[in-house]
Amino acid sequence: MSQRIDLDHGRFRQIIRGKIKQNLRKYISQGEMIARKGKDTVSIPLPQVDLPRFKWGDKQGGGVGQGDGQVGDALGQGPEKPGQGEAGDRPGEHMVELEVSLAELAEIMGEELELPRIQPKGTEKIIAWKDRFTGIRTTGPESLRHFRRTFRQALRRQVALGTYDPKNPVIVPIRDDKRYRSWRSDPLPQSNAVIIYMMDVSGSMGDEQKEIVRIESFWIDTWLRSQYHGIESRYIIHDAMAKEVDRDTFFRTRESGGTMISSAYKLCAKMIEDEYPSELWNIYPFHFSDGDNWSIDDTHACVELLKQKILPAANLFAYGQVESPYGSGQFIKDLAEHFDEDERVVTSEIKGKDAIMDSIKEFLGKGR
Amino acid sequence: MAGLRRFPAYLRDRQEEIEGHARAYGLDFFPIIYEVLDYKTMNEVAAYGGFPTRYPHWRFGMDYEQLAKGYEWGLQKIYEMVINTNPAYAYLLEGNSLVDQKTVMGHVCAHVDFFKNNYYFSKTNRKMIDGMANHAALVRRHMARHGQDVVEDFIDTCLSLENLIDPMSPYISRVAPGRDGRDGRDGGDAEDGEGDDVPRLRAKQYMDKFINPPEYLEAQKKKKDEEKKRARRRFPEEPQRDVLQFLIQHAPVEPWQRDILEIVRNEAYYFAPQAMTKIMNEGWATYWHSTIMTQRAASAAEIIDYADATAGVLATAPGRLNPYKLGVELFRYIEQRWNKGQFGKEWEECDSLDAKRDWDRRLGLGRRKIFEVRRLHNDITFLDEFFTLEFCVEQRFYSFGYSERSGSWEIQSREFKKVKEQMLRMLTNRGQPFIYVEDGNLENRAELLLRHAHDGTDLDLAQAKDTLRSLHKVWTRPVSLLTRVEGKGKLYRCDDGNITEKSAEYPA
Repeated sequence: MSQRIDLDHGRFRQIIRGKIKQNLRKYISQGEMIARKGKDTVSIPLPQVDLPRFKWGDKQGGGVGQGDGQVGDALGQGPEKPGQGEAGDRPGEHMVELEVSLAELAEIMGEELELPRIQPKGTEKIIAWKDRFTGIRTTGPESLRHFRRTFRQALRRQVALGTYDPKNPVIVPIRDDKRYRSWRSDPLPQSNAVIIYMMDVSGSMGDEQKEIVRIESFWIDTWLRSQYHGIESRYIIHDAMAKEVDRDTFFRTRESGGTMISSAYKLCAKMIEDEYPSELWNIYPFHFSDGDNWSIDDTHACVELLKQKILPAANLFAYGQVESPYGSGQFIKDLAEHFDEDERVVTSEIKGKDAIMDSIKEFLGKGR
Repeated sequence: MAGLRRFPAYLRDRQEEIEGHARAYGLDFFPIIYEVLDYKTMNEVAAYGGFPTRYPHWRFGMDYEQLAKGYEWGLQKIYEMVINTNPAYAYLLEGNSLVDQKTVMGHVCAHVDFFKNNYYFSKTNRKMIDGMANHAALVRRHMARHGQDVVEDFIDTCLSLENLIDPMSPYISRVAPGRDGRDGRDGGDAEDGEGDDVPRLRAKQYMDKFINPPEYLEAQKKKKDEEKKRARRRFPEEPQRDVLQFLIQHAPVEPWQRDILEIVRNEAYYFAPQAMTKIMNEGWATYWHSTIMTQRAASAAEIIDYADATAGVLATAPGRLNPYKLGVELFRYIEQRWNKGQFGKEWEECDSLDAKRDWDRRLGLGRRKIFEVRRLHNDITFLDEFFTLEFCVEQRFYSFGYSERSGSWEIQSREFKKVKEQMLRMLTNRGQPFIYVEDGNLENRAELLLRHAHDGTDLDLAQAKDTLRSLHKVWTRPVSLLTRVEGKGKLYRCDDGNITEKSAEYPA
């Protein structure tokens, strides 16, 4: 019987998933999901799934209550009317909070954006084998003999043969009775991945631009986390100088001053060299900027750094250019010029919050 | 059944004890079969409306999730469930204290007594467990044949029409004898003869146009046509409240779809009496569990726990009507009135408040009266008859509504007349609008016209439009709904999923 409700419940969850999928674009661009993030779940406000009925509108209704209060006193919460289920103060807009795990959310997003599964680089690195006792077999070392099963087998045989004497219950197992634990060795595949977020925090990047970066990196993070077991995130901010910061600072800092993108790439390259040997790690550098670099020379330096150091090590280098009223937006063109053929480089222009979805698809759509 | 526990012997002893008390008080119930369930299974059974077997549908899963969450967060707990069948099945929650279980058993005895004896349950199928299981089997079979999505989708459609039944129809005969035996849908047009049979005065030909002037003939002809039009048989003859029945009989649906419609309708009728007697049923059960517990079954050590649990059941919150509280208070009020003889002509005509207050004829008819009430009444008649001014004041009832001015729900009146009016309105047709099939062959185009009998409250239009779409799926031809919105007549017409709206005359 518990199976039956599980089926109906599963069915319901499926419908909910469909709703989330339909509204994914909205959720993604609003960024409100991030605020609702728990440990590994987010709660999503959904319009109540319900079957339409002919019923009374709320406002003209009313009801009968019992207890204290003067005429004209407000009633604390929205009343419930019998036979009408819930009645809130906003008809037709009942929201249900739905808990969804991040893994499920990533899956929904993957389905909706048709993101390919990522093939981790190289063969999956096998870190360890783990032995688990999974069953019983008839041969094995005496040290793994399963006493209870052996005893039971022997007892069963003796009872069947009629040699069991309840008054003198001696059980003598023979070879065929013996049962041993058997095990299985499971490989523990561990593909390690690191995401290196870089962001331009120069004066031209305003709050709105940062919000876009924040939302987009949240979703990228969610997706990549669903693809790898262990994932690390590193955060680099830069104006004319680059430094590594923690997540919180990454999204909040606002600096002023010029922009030297090469400073960030330098730091990124160093980080990769020192800590993430490319044969062991899947490396994802993401860079967000408004595309306004200090000088052409610096842009050349960037291209060199990418070519020499970063690209050979990385699975994918993604550059997202956020539109800002100040930036010239030149950098994306420069990158396109140099790396047009290179499929390790993905660039994307993010015009506004609504474009986040498409940008994510551009970044992750290659399955690298 | 997974999660089912055997009914332990110590509870069986309590059952015998409680049922003994109940019988001694005169309660008359079907045999009761208890099962002790863990909370998960309890939620599951509750999601299925008390039945272990229902057809597969996602909304049960939704209800289950809500119940499960409510339980996990400690917001709600189902103490007990009982199904109206013979023998009656009742479920107890595993891990409840013995006091709770005893209270629940008393409660259940009274529920089953009510099911067995109340008039409005006299027509229900007492083998509904089998009925539900058969429905489930049928739905599964259709799903296997036509695909789960298709069938589930159609169930959704039917469920949104679920409340369009005529809950009173099992108890009365509404169908007036037909004027002739013909079916409406195909009749009507054929007998249109020539309109030339206007009576003429005989006249010589040259006098004819003076004696029978053409204008006169024209007018006569028009009149006649009009009459004929009016006389054309309506279909259905009388507006029909059982919309589902009408659809089953006349909608052009596949046989399997007709099965689904019938299942939904059948189950709606099964649950209808429970909705019609909610206040009485809970009141009656509460009356008896408290009587049994306080007078017989609870030991001195248990009485505090008992009182605590019952206080929770009877708690009222602003803006909520607690059916347990209202029901039990009203039963007690009736009992007390009939004990003291506060009824009859003399009582009604007595104008002296003092005399009324001290009125006590020591008749002791209270018990007898409430047993009679539980047999004959439903919630509406119960309240109409016994919700009196004194009761209203004593229990401090008020009516509330939404105030546009302050933008919140507030208490509107403590005036007896208004409170009672509001109360009865809420209960009429289980708090749902009256919808009739007005015409099954609108404009002679096989379109369906429904009419909302407006009684002061507008429909929830967003929902109404979606419901029209459901209806259209079943009827396949365009479907219209005549209603009133903010005092003006409106006609909503659904054609292929598009809803159009136009003003229309709404008959007062």
